[in-house]
Amino acid sequence: MGLNSVLSRRDRTYPIVTDAAAPTVDTQERQRAAWMAAAQGGDRRAYERVLAASVPLIRMAARRQGVLPDAVDDVVQETLLTVHRVRHTYDPSRSYDAWISALAGRRAIDALRSQGRRGQREVHDEHAYDMHPDKDDATAATEREQEARRLREAIASLPPGQREAVEQLGLQERSLAEASEHTGRQAGALKVNLHRAMKALRSRFHGEP
Amino acid sequence: MSEMRTPESLIQTLGEQLTPVRRLPPPWRRTLGWLLAVAVMAAVLLWHFGASHMVQRWIASPDIAIAGLGAVVTAICAAWAAFTLGVPGRSWRWGLLPLPGLVVWVVASGLGCLHDWLGPSAHIARINEASDCLVFIISFSVPLSALLIWLLRRACPLRPVLTAIMIGLASAAASAALLEICHAFAVAATDLLTHAMAVAIVVMLNALMGGRLLQPALK
Repeated sequence: MGLNSVLSRRDRTYPIVTDAAAPTVDTQERQRAAWMAAAQGGDRRAYERVLAASVPLIRMAARRQGVLPDAVDDVVQETLLTVHRVRHTYDPSRSYDAWISALAGRRAIDALRSQGRRGQREVHDEHAYDMHPDKDDATAATEREQEARRLREAIASLPPGQREAVEQLGLQERSLAEASEHTGRQAGALKVNLHRAMKALRSRFHGEP
Repeated sequence: MSEMRTPESLIQTLGEQLTPVRRLPPPWRRTLGWLLAVAVMAAVLLWHFGASHMVQRWIASPDIAIAGLGAVVTAICAAWAAFTLGVPGRSWRWGLLPLPGLVVWVVASGLGCLHDWLGPSAHIARINEASDCLVFIISFSVPLSALLIWLLRRACPLRPVLTAIMIGLASAAASAALLEICHAFAVAATDLLTHAMAVAIVVMLNALMGGRLLQPALK
């Protein structure tokens, strides 16, 4: 379609490779596209392969957006979860790398915004020391109680699976194996539920997406 | 918590939860689906009002026909752009696609005004008639926008505001084109202003709501 080439170079379809010594990068991208296409059909092995192969691309996209090194792993995690939710939007006739890089770029921007908001809320050390209430201050104790009550209410309002994960892994400090054995759920499901619960709680208390 | 952040363990978890998915149909096919709804509305209006009055107006002032054609092209291109922008990795330049149709639509409508000033015998829209146009365009744009948003429910627009502008432009242009079927008078300055207002209202409302309506997958 001529229109596509006019509109964007990133919107490209795959070039037809006729040269035996064609660049390996294209071959790898084609492989990733094939894995993702198979994953859309339910092929777990292909899915795990394409996600693993996507991690360096996500890291690259995050760094390109200026995400700090210690926050890159968060971007990787958020992007992988997003990929899982929107994997049906990938069109196998188009570039996989452009698709994953766009998602990673968006998640990197979200992370930068989140860092920016946290930065605005945080107080510098000296100021924080001056402002910090006395440990025995009655007002501070009341505030701590209120905070704890709000947290308990927030945890109680979570969906059952997420609440269970927070209680087992967060409050009772059980290991994944112990929590899995105790609840009869898979360790992976517990981890995903805990991640979602933490995200929901962060969003509730700090207004972060 | 550090275990939770290991990509390998997350990948394994996501692999365990994998189920087959139905791919998003290509943008052109979803555009055709939306245009089918517009065509049904046009058929109902033609059945009710007939085509003869519209054709007479086109013969009397061809610029009205050109403006209508521009509106149709704008609607098609904006809808196509909205569906394409709903796929991650597609260029923002798709947002430029409706511009040529939009230019034809606006310029031809402006020429209509000029003819009215040169030939004052024509029936020029009064304020109440012009406000009827505003109501018509907005009341047709709302269901057309809602349909576009519904068709985009499984998409993942990474530029929700631009996508929402495309939705607003597509639905407003389609409504203006449908209005041509039952328009009782030639295009005048008041009428053009009403069109511009209606299109601006629809586009702005969509842009304001875009972020909330169009990105459920990213929340």
